[in-house]
Amino acid sequence: MKHLNITFFLSCLILSYTIGFTSLQAQWIPSPGKAQEKTILITGGTIHVGNGQIIEDGLISFSNGKIELVQATQKQSLGEDIEIIDATGKHIYPGLISPNTANGLIEIEAVRATRDNYEIGKFKPHLRPIIAYNADSWVTPTLRSNGILISQIVARGGTIPGSSDIVQLDAWNYEDALVKGDEGITLNFPNIVNRGGWWAEPGDIKSNDKYQKQMLALKNFFLEAKAYCQNDRHEIKNLKFEAMCKVFKKEKKVYISASHAKNILNAIEFIKEFDIDGVIVGGRDAWLVTDELKENNIPVILRKPHSLPYLAHEDVDLSYKLPFLLEEAGVNYCIQAQTGSGEQRNLPFTAGKAVAYGLTKEKALMAITSNAAKIMGIDDRLGTIETGKDATLVISTGDILDPQTNHIELAFVEGRKVNLDNKQKDLYRKFMDKYDLKHKRH
Amino acid sequence: MKKILSLIIFTILSITCFGQSNFPDNGVKDYRNKYYAFTNASIYKDYQTKLENATLLIKDGKVVSISQSTQVPKDAIKVDCSGKTIYPSFIELLSNYGLPEPKPAGEGRENGIQLLSDKKGAYNWNEAIKPETQAYMLFNSDKDKAKSLREMGYGAVVAHQKDGIARGSGVLVSLGENKVNKLILKEEAAAFYSFRKGISKQGYPSSLMGAIALLRQTHFDADWYKKNEGEVEENISLKFWNQQQSLPSLFIQNDWLSLIRADKIGDEFNKQYIFKGSGKEYQRIDAIKQAGGTLILPLVFPKPYEVEDPIDAHYIGLPSLKHWEYAPYNPSIVEEAGIDFAFTMQDLKDPKEIMGNIKTAIKKGLSKKMALKALTFTPAKIINSADLVGSLDNDKIANFIITSGDIFEEGEVLENWIQGEQFFLKSINTNDLSGLYDLKFSNSKEVYELEVSGKPSSHEFNIVVNDTTKIKVKSNFKSSDISMSFQPEETDQYYRLSGKIKEKVWEGNAQDTLGNWIKWTVDNRRELKKEEEESDKKKDEKKEEADKEKDANGESAEMDKPGPICYPFLPYGWTEEPKQQSVLFKNATVWTNTDDGILENADVLIKDGKISKVGKDLGSSADTVIDATGKHLTSGIIDEHSHIAISRGVNESSQASSAEVSIANVVNSEDINIYRQLAGGVTTSQLLHGSANPIGGQSAIIKFRWGKLPEEMQFENADGFIKFALGENVKHSNWGSSGYIRFPQTRMGVEQAFIDHFTQALDYKKSMQSNPEKTRKDIEMEVLLEIIDKKRFVTCHSYVQSEITMLMRVAEQFGFNINTFTHILEGYKIADKMKAHGVYASTFSDWWMYKFEVNDAIPHNAAILSEMDIVTAINSDDAEMGRRLNNEAAKGIKYGGMSREEAWKMVTLNPAIILHLDERVGSVQSGKDADIVLWSADPLSVYSKAEQTYVDGICYWDINKDEMLRKANQAERNRLVQKMINAKNGGAKTQKHQHKEPKHYHCDDMEDEGK
Repeated sequence: MKHLNITFFLSCLILSYTIGFTSLQAQWIPSPGKAQEKTILITGGTIHVGNGQIIEDGLISFSNGKIELVQATQKQSLGEDIEIIDATGKHIYPGLISPNTANGLIEIEAVRATRDNYEIGKFKPHLRPIIAYNADSWVTPTLRSNGILISQIVARGGTIPGSSDIVQLDAWNYEDALVKGDEGITLNFPNIVNRGGWWAEPGDIKSNDKYQKQMLALKNFFLEAKAYCQNDRHEIKNLKFEAMCKVFKKEKKVYISASHAKNILNAIEFIKEFDIDGVIVGGRDAWLVTDELKENNIPVILRKPHSLPYLAHEDVDLSYKLPFLLEEAGVNYCIQAQTGSGEQRNLPFTAGKAVAYGLTKEKALMAITSNAAKIMGIDDRLGTIETGKDATLVISTGDILDPQTNHIELAFVEGRKVNLDNKQKDLYRKFMDKYDLKHKRH
Repeated sequence: MKKILSLIIFTILSITCFGQSNFPDNGVKDYRNKYYAFTNASIYKDYQTKLENATLLIKDGKVVSISQSTQVPKDAIKVDCSGKTIYPSFIELLSNYGLPEPKPAGEGRENGIQLLSDKKGAYNWNEAIKPETQAYMLFNSDKDKAKSLREMGYGAVVAHQKDGIARGSGVLVSLGENKVNKLILKEEAAAFYSFRKGISKQGYPSSLMGAIALLRQTHFDADWYKKNEGEVEENISLKFWNQQQSLPSLFIQNDWLSLIRADKIGDEFNKQYIFKGSGKEYQRIDAIKQAGGTLILPLVFPKPYEVEDPIDAHYIGLPSLKHWEYAPYNPSIVEEAGIDFAFTMQDLKDPKEIMGNIKTAIKKGLSKKMALKALTFTPAKIINSADLVGSLDNDKIANFIITSGDIFEEGEVLENWIQGEQFFLKSINTNDLSGLYDLKFSNSKEVYELEVSGKPSSHEFNIVVNDTTKIKVKSNFKSSDISMSFQPEETDQYYRLSGKIKEKVWEGNAQDTLGNWIKWTVDNRRELKKEEEESDKKKDEKKEEADKEKDANGESAEMDKPGPICYPFLPYGWTEEPKQQSVLFKNATVWTNTDDGILENADVLIKDGKISKVGKDLGSSADTVIDATGKHLTSGIIDEHSHIAISRGVNESSQASSAEVSIANVVNSEDINIYRQLAGGVTTSQLLHGSANPIGGQSAIIKFRWGKLPEEMQFENADGFIKFALGENVKHSNWGSSGYIRFPQTRMGVEQAFIDHFTQALDYKKSMQSNPEKTRKDIEMEVLLEIIDKKRFVTCHSYVQSEITMLMRVAEQFGFNINTFTHILEGYKIADKMKAHGVYASTFSDWWMYKFEVNDAIPHNAAILSEMDIVTAINSDDAEMGRRLNNEAAKGIKYGGMSREEAWKMVTLNPAIILHLDERVGSVQSGKDADIVLWSADPLSVYSKAEQTYVDGICYWDINKDEMLRKANQAERNRLVQKMINAKNGGAKTQKHQHKEPKHYHCDDMEDEGK
């Protein structure tokens, strides 16, 4: 702590950072922020801690990328080399966390060459999405500018598509981006029902004839991997099994995709049977089986609450109120916005919608910050604005959850100031200039 | 005297048809006239005329007479039918009996679309139009199938080849075993049509609307061909099409919406189709009645679902549950509505279920008279063959069945006579022997009491010892021969009897327990003892049986009332039609979308479906007064670009232009998404064709009048629009290798596709003006001309600036303007050009990066376009996003700093202007339609909810009423689930549920829906 006892008054700011648009060179993929040099002090803003707590007229200080102090603004000691940011009237939030994405793995969905998330094979826990992570995606800067600073990236396809990694979204390269590597594996749980058709026109749902066979293959894989992991010397190494050993030590999570109520129940049984650290991903029908989820303390990553109800007779607003139903039932959950990377940036509004259907605003915020951090095991560093955690946070002029007011002015990743420009803002400026229209906002 | 006369007439007739044939005989000629008299029968001459103790006289395969005279001509063979009933044999209209399976004309294409017909010969361009298929040319009898149909009581069927949109003619054949030449009763009994292309591998049509357009266009093509036959190229298909226009036209479809669609085509071409029904007529019986066609009803009654597992049961839709209950009522509901119908066994997995299902329908209120009519008279009438079959009268074909009694009760078909030939099924002499008799033996004075009980076909024989003890008698009897054996009490030896059954006495020889030859007699027949006197055991058995029957239908027939019909037949459908009301909203924040801006604490009065007054303190005179303090009132959201509520496909994609198709023909009123849109404050949507080809199809603009028919949902007097498209979808860029075939493949080609079609349209116009008789009426060209003549307006799916500019230039070249660019993601790059052209924009708020052509999309697009004074809307193109367009509009504030009012107009007034509807909707202003929404808070806010949504002053969405409907749904589901469990426990067979996923269309949805 390098605090000096200098009395702090708003009137005698040594250095004041003006929040607002700073004219920049065209930056489609802006450079990551420079490492934090000075201690930064944010004052006057409303701090949404991310755990339900709100601190009005709050003060946050952070050095070397870590939060040192979070409290109500008061006469305060001030360091000699301190940058002070006046956030009066503004809102400060933990950096938002988007789980279960293909950010950086897919650039343009319809262009095969830009898809890097779908490897061949069925059981692939050894695959590492992080090495395919494109730190220079055009999309990533557009997520940051809506407040999303952390993503979980996962592979798709097969029974075990791959492992999963957590990245921060302001990085030079993938090694830079990595927050927590190899933190879990994903698992597409065999469906008791199968759906024909394709994504836009799902066909009829029929019971899956191959369910037993698929379950057997899955269980055998786990059984064999578990047995393999009992022994740490192998004449012949099996990369797939090697990648599973941490699963059985509960050092790696298992993110299990399951939406149908029976699938969720089966997945819960599976988690118990193998004594693994399981998370349900999808959870469309989780509201039907909340007791089982709660009893076994199994969290849910709710996929895309901006969905139509699955069945005509279900409540019209079922998917909007699903977070609330889980909240009420005491199930741990967080929210995944969309499936496409271009739409990830609507994560805060997806959570906001749930407020109209029962959640409080702070609970909705938790669903995209601290809950997500806990579920993915990164809550020691991320998810809330608390002392000792990473200084990964955003300042919005208004309520971050409502598109009318979400306006991210400043963002920090580990104390580094994030350049919030992006390709879209640049094109906007370019054509506002072409037509000689006055810049309004960006 | 009459009799003699008819005999004379018959003699004359018989001379004219003595069986001359050009087939050579191998042996001597063996002509037989098959002159039969069936006496003492109950005879149904037709479904409504029953004669008792009557005589049916047939000869040479025809009916000679039916009379109550007992006199029988000497040379006729007499068949005593005492206690028997004679019906005309049944007729099936939708059979493929005796026909080969249709084969596709070609193999299709492994890669890409098949654009033209693969059929060899001078046939139509489209393989699904095959009126040249004439069933009588393909027919051959099939002994096994004929036998199984005869056993069910059928005597004749109309067979057609069940494939294609115009399927050709069907042949009326009898189910006898004569040579084929004799079996064909009518070469061309009817022509058949459908909305499914079947086995055709051709790309077109790939949608229902394409099938509709193809049928309509073929009418015009055939008309032109008729007028110019010999002068234009040969077309065998059109020749046959024209020939078949005078035949009864049977339209095969499977849902009532399509029935109405088919009827509309019929109306256009002065044709009344006879419709195959769906079995779901009860859902919209008034609309079916309105269509006016006779129906051919299937009798598929679903088995109860397996619902014991509540989670499994959750996935079963309410319509499926309700249909299980309603299906058996359908025939009686159709009868009650006064619609004439025939029955068909089509759609039944096991055709043999038909009679059981008819009996079930009778229990549910269908009259026996109507049931018989639907099996005999009506099918005959439908194919104009009532003079041949379907009833029994002089000179009609002798197709009849002899039954043991009422066919709709216990009666069984014993014999089926076809064209005067006997087909023996069960012994006609299975006289009802039931009764009590005295059995005596010549060597003993003992009189045994013999009891004969049960049905004639399964009589049980017993010796009654006393009230509680009976000895079983094994028996075997065929016509009049009988053998019996039994073990008298106290012995383990058998009496064995053999003899003859005669009218009053049965008698014969026997061997007693010791092997002595003796005589036996059975006589003194008397009634069986009444039920009360029967043993308790028997009673219990009977009761059990009765219970079983009762429970198989859920409960006893008297108590069984099906649940309410709701409109639409979906969850959240209404049972009581919501009414137009005058409503006064007090003290609301009103977003007027006029110069008045946003009014605080204002009142709005709606009346007679219109907004009556907007202002302060409007008093309180209205049917309903709503305190709207703290709430916001706006006009309803309008979605310029939606694909909900569409049946079977949004893309007719196999040709560069499909201007001839129209979404208006395929609006699906039974889509839950209508209700969901209302819940999001949406009142009007433009339902658009997809984007798979440069010139797509005509659109439909509908108001979300939940529960109304598709026609009733159309926005009255709205201008016509048509969808165009540009870019990757049009070029089939993302189709994989199947997308490399159809022109155009490049943006260069897309321009030429437009220019070519408009050039063709102008040439067509010239030809129509100079030589109307010789010019083939072409729907596609007429629609294109409407565009050039500014009577129809273009909304074009667009992304990239180059092609947007191109289309404006093409339009200018042909003297019209593009009305709307929809999606228009690069509009911001050429906003100045768009402004100069005078086009509207309808865009996504923030979609991008899902394909290459949208990588320059920016969420600020709407703001720039608006800033450039281009009227701009935000659209959904997505059923889910459609219901939160209010939040999408708010993104205009976030990206580009629009004002709140300006942002709000992007989903209300602006789309109204774009769709030319702003005189009617889009603002809260006196005189406008009362299409309004009451919001819990600022409508742009992510935290607000639509509490009430009105269309024409009728409240179709009410957040409180919705709560009640949820409970009602729950209760109705529960009632049905309980009933199903009862039915299962009562012995009914069950089925596993297979969930049908509803389709949610987007622009680029391409699945072939034409099959």
